[in-house]
Amino acid sequence: MSNIASADTHSLDHHDGHGHHHESFWTKYVFSQDHKMIAKQFLITGIIMAVFAMVLSILFRLQLAWPDKSFPILELFLGSKWAEGGRINPEFFLALVTIHGTIMVFFVLTAGLSGTFSNLLIPYQLGARDMASPFMNMLSYWFFFAACVVMISSFFVESGPASAGWTIYPPLSAVPKAISGSGLGMTLWLTSMVMFIISQVLGGTNYISTILNMRTKGMDLWKMPLTIWAFFLTAIVGLLSFPVLVSAVVLLIFDRSFGTSFYLSDLVIQGQILPNEGGSPILFQHLFWFLGHPEVYIVLMPALGLTSEVISTNSRKPIFGYHAMVYSLVGITVLSFIVWGHHMFVTGMNPFLGGVFMITTLIIAVPSAVKSFNYLATLWRGNIRFTPAMLFAIGMVSFFISGGLTGLYVGNSALDINLHDTYFVVAHFHLVMGSASIFGMLCGVYHWYPKMFGRMMDEKLGYLHFWLTFVGAYFVFFPMHFMGIDGVPRRYYAFTEFPFMEKWVSVNIFITWSAIIAGLGQLAFLWNFFTSMRFGKVAPQNPWGSNTLEWTTPVKHIHGNWPGEIPTVYRWPYDYSKPGHDEDFIPQTVPFSETMSSNLPHDFEGNPEAERIQREWELANKPLPEKETE
Amino acid sequence: MSFIKNIKFKTVFVLAFIVAVGLSDRVFSQEADTSLQASDTTVVADTASVDTTAAAADTAATSAAPAARTGSTPEATTDDSGVNLDPQVYMNFFYGLLLVFLICVLVGVIGKIIQVYELTRRMNGKDTTLYMRNFNAQMFIVALVLGLYGVYWSYVHHGAQSFKAAATEHGARIDTMFIITTIICTVVLVVMHIAMFSFAYIYRERPTRKAYFYPHNNTLEKIWTIIPAVTLTVLVLFGFFTWRSITNVSEEDQKNAILIEVVGEQFAWTVRYPGRDGKIGERNYRLTTPLNGLGIDFNDKNSWDDQLGSEIVIPVNKPVRFQIGSKDILHSFYIPDFRVQMNAVPGMKTYFQFTATMTTEEMRDKLGDYNYDFVMLCNKICGGGHWNMQKKVRVVTEKEYQAWLNEQPYFFTEDLRKEFKLSQTGDNEADASLLANAN
Repeated sequence: MSNIASADTHSLDHHDGHGHHHESFWTKYVFSQDHKMIAKQFLITGIIMAVFAMVLSILFRLQLAWPDKSFPILELFLGSKWAEGGRINPEFFLALVTIHGTIMVFFVLTAGLSGTFSNLLIPYQLGARDMASPFMNMLSYWFFFAACVVMISSFFVESGPASAGWTIYPPLSAVPKAISGSGLGMTLWLTSMVMFIISQVLGGTNYISTILNMRTKGMDLWKMPLTIWAFFLTAIVGLLSFPVLVSAVVLLIFDRSFGTSFYLSDLVIQGQILPNEGGSPILFQHLFWFLGHPEVYIVLMPALGLTSEVISTNSRKPIFGYHAMVYSLVGITVLSFIVWGHHMFVTGMNPFLGGVFMITTLIIAVPSAVKSFNYLATLWRGNIRFTPAMLFAIGMVSFFISGGLTGLYVGNSALDINLHDTYFVVAHFHLVMGSASIFGMLCGVYHWYPKMFGRMMDEKLGYLHFWLTFVGAYFVFFPMHFMGIDGVPRRYYAFTEFPFMEKWVSVNIFITWSAIIAGLGQLAFLWNFFTSMRFGKVAPQNPWGSNTLEWTTPVKHIHGNWPGEIPTVYRWPYDYSKPGHDEDFIPQTVPFSETMSSNLPHDFEGNPEAERIQREWELANKPLPEKETE
Repeated sequence: MSFIKNIKFKTVFVLAFIVAVGLSDRVFSQEADTSLQASDTTVVADTASVDTTAAAADTAATSAAPAARTGSTPEATTDDSGVNLDPQVYMNFFYGLLLVFLICVLVGVIGKIIQVYELTRRMNGKDTTLYMRNFNAQMFIVALVLGLYGVYWSYVHHGAQSFKAAATEHGARIDTMFIITTIICTVVLVVMHIAMFSFAYIYRERPTRKAYFYPHNNTLEKIWTIIPAVTLTVLVLFGFFTWRSITNVSEEDQKNAILIEVVGEQFAWTVRYPGRDGKIGERNYRLTTPLNGLGIDFNDKNSWDDQLGSEIVIPVNKPVRFQIGSKDILHSFYIPDFRVQMNAVPGMKTYFQFTATMTTEEMRDKLGDYNYDFVMLCNKICGGGHWNMQKKVRVVTEKEYQAWLNEQPYFFTEDLRKEFKLSQTGDNEADASLLANAN
C-alpha cells in the first residue's frame, strides 16, 4: 500500500494525487490503514461490545433483584445448563460478572475509547496526514477484533466462560477443578487478553511516535489540545504497564498448562493434593495491579481529555489553567504507577507496604481535585451551549467528583479493611471509572460524530439519552455505597442466606429497574448513532465553532486529511471569546497578525519583535477600550 | 431537516407494519413452530394444537428457538432439555418487546410534536435550537434540587440502615475516621455540585452574551492545590497511624492474645482453637487425608490438644489473634461488624488481631433484634458457593467462653492417634506415653 510510504511525506506537497490508488471495498472498509476508518472500526466494535456487556449486566441484575424468581425465557437464550428452569446458575453468575467487567474495562473503555479517539484525533488535531505507521494501526485494530471474537467465543464452550472475576486471581483461575470456568474458558480469556495487549502496544507505540514526530508546523507541545495530551500520556501509561500484564498472563498460562508453580503453593483442591509448591498468589496480584491500577487511568484520562476540549468549546471559554491541567495529567501518569498496592491492603501484603501505598494513593487525589476545580472554573461565566456532548461532559465531571470522593475511603487502608471487596468498591469504581469514562466516550461520540460520519446526530434524542443515562447511573450506583458500608460483599449470587442482607433486596430491585430503564435508554443512542450515518443533517465545516485543526479538514473524508498543504498552527487551541475579536473563537490556524485587535501581551511568549509590532499597531490605531488584564 | 425527520418517522411506521405483518402471519408460522417442536420431542406435539396462544410467539423468539434447541441438544440428558417452554413465556417476552417498541414509537411521536412546535416557532421568527438547549439548563437545576434531596434521603434512610457502630476496639477508631471522611466528602460533593449545576444554569447560552476570557489565575490554582493537599495530609496521617495501630501489633500483645486459626476451603471454614497450651500446631498440606482435613502435622505436639470450634466464639474485651489460612484458593475472612478483614491465602499465614467490645447479647439488646448474630463471611470470589460461605461468630463473657471451649472436640481423635502411632514405629517411648495421655 502506498499509505506506508505516504505517511512520512506528510509535510511535502506531492500528496495532491491521493486519488491515484484504487481502493476496493476490502482495503477501504475492512483492512483499512486510514486512521479515520480505523477509528470508526474501533468505535463500532466498542459499541457492540458495550451493548453485549450491558446485556450481561442486566442478566445478573435480574438474578440479584429477584433471587427466588425464575425467568423461563432465559433458559431459551442461555440453555438449560446455565439457566436451568430459568434461574441463572451460581457459577454462570460469576461468569457474567467476570466477562462484563473484562469487556467493559478492556474492550469498551480502553480500546473503544482511546482506540477510537486517539486514532481519530491525533492526526487530525496535530495536523498529520495519518498515523506514523498506518500498517501497525491496522494490525492494532485486527488484534483487538480477534481478541473480541475469542472473548465472546468463550460463551460457546461447554465449561463456560472465565468466571474468576475480571481480576482472575489464581489459584481460582489456575485450577479448573475449583470452578468450571477455569477450564477452556479461562484459556480463551488469557488468549484474548494477550492479543488485546498486542493491540494496545501496537496502538500505543503508534500514538506516541505520531505525537512526538508528526506535529504540523507551529504545533509545539504547549499548543496541543488537552485531548492530545491525554492520549499521549495514556499511551505512555499503557505502553509501560500492559507488558507487565502480559508477564502475569504468561506465567499464569505456564501454571495452568505446563505445571509450573509461579502462583501456586500448598493446594488441596477438593481433597486432591496438588504438587505445586513455592509459588505465591500475591505475586500475581502485584503483577496484575501493576497494570490494573494504571489501567484505571488509561480508561479515565482520555475521557478527561475529551471533556476538557468539549467543555471549553461549549462554554465558549478557554479551559481554565491549561498548564495546570497538563501538569495534573502528568502527575496522575507518574503517580498511577506507584499506587497499585491499594488494591491489596488486606490480601496479606506486608501491612507496612499498605501504609506506604495509602500515602501515594491519597496524593493522587490532589491532581484529580485540581482538575475538577478547573472544570468548574471553566464553566464559570461561560456562555454555555448545551449540546449533547456538553451534557455528557458535565455528567462526566459530576461522576468524576462523586466517584472520586469515595476514593478517599477505599484508598485509606484503615477504612478499606471494612470496605474492601464490598459493594462500596463497586459503587466507587463504577462511578469514577465506569460512568465517568463512558460519559467521556459518549461525549466524544456526540462531539466528533460530524467529523467521523459527515453528518449530525439528532440533538433531542441526545438529550433524552443523556438524562436517562445520567439519572439511571446515579440510581444504580449511589445506593450501592450503603450496601457496602453495611458489609455486603460483591460478587454474591444472592443475598438470601444472610439475615443482615435481606433489607437490601428491595434496594436491589430498585437498582435493577433503574438499570433496565437506563439500558433501554441506550436505544435512543443506538438509533441516533446508526440512522444519523445515513439520514442525519449534513454537517457544516465547523459545527461547534471550534478552534482545533480537525475542523479545517473537508467534511467528506479524503485520504491524507487535508487537500492541499497541512495548515500551520499559530496559537493555542483555546482562544474562545477573546476580548477584542469579533467572533467568539479564533482557530489555531489564524496568525496573530490577523487578530491585532485581540492580541494580548501574553500571547507572544516574550518575543520582543512581535511585541514591538503589536505596540506599534496599537499606537497607530485608535486607543483601544481598556483591556482586561489577567 | 424536517424532510429527514420525516424519513425517520416513516421508518418507524414501516417497522411497526412489519411487526404487524409478522403478527398476522402467525397462522403460517404456527405450523413451522409445531413441526419444529415435533421434530425435537414427541411430548410437546399435542401442546401446539392446544395452545393457540403459542401462536403469538414473536418472530424473533421463534427464530431463536431452533438455535437454542440445537445448541442444547448435546447436553440434553433425558427427555426434555428444558427448552420446551410454556407458550406463555414466549408471549410475555413478546409483550415485553412490544412494550419497548411502543415506548420507542411514543418517543417518536413526542419528537414529532416537538418538531411541529419548532416549525411554528420558526414561522413566528423565534429561534429553534437555543430554547431546547437551554431547557437542559433548567433540567440541571431540577436535577440539582432533586439530587440533593435524594442524597439527603439516602443518608437518612439507607445510611441508618447500613451504619452500625463497630463492636471492636479498633473498629471504633475506624468509625471515627469514617465519619470524618464522610463529612468532608459530603461537603465537597454538595458544594461542587451546587456550583457546577448552578453555573450551568446561570451561564447558559444567550445570543447577546460573550463568555469571560479567563485562561488562568495562578493564585486561585495554588489555593485549590494546597487546600486538598492539606486536607489529604490530615486524612493520610490519621489513616496511616490507625492502620499501623491495627496491623502492627507488638510481640508482647501478640503473646497476650488468644490465638485462633481459621482455615477456608470451598465452601466452608474450619475453626481451630489452640487448647490448653495456647499454641496451634503446624499444618502441612501434604498430610491432608479424609480424616485429617486440615493436614495437621501431629509431630508437632502443640497440635495434640487443638480443638475444633463448631463456630467462632470469642470472649469479650480480650484480645484475640486470628491466624488465617486457606486449603485451596483465596478466601477472605470478613466480619463487617468488627471491621475485620484479611484474605486467606494458600501457602501463607495471615493474621488479624482485635478485641471485641460487645457480646452478642449486648449487640442484640442494642439493636433490639433478638435473632441478631455477628457473622463471618467469605469476601473473595471463590467459586459457585462463594455467596454462602459463612460462619457464625459469637462474643461471650469469659466464663461462657471457657464453658463452651470445654465442650469442643479435639482434632486428634482416636482414629488419628492410631494412624499416627503406626507411623511413629515406637521409636520414641516418651512420646508414646505422652501420646497415650494426650488430651
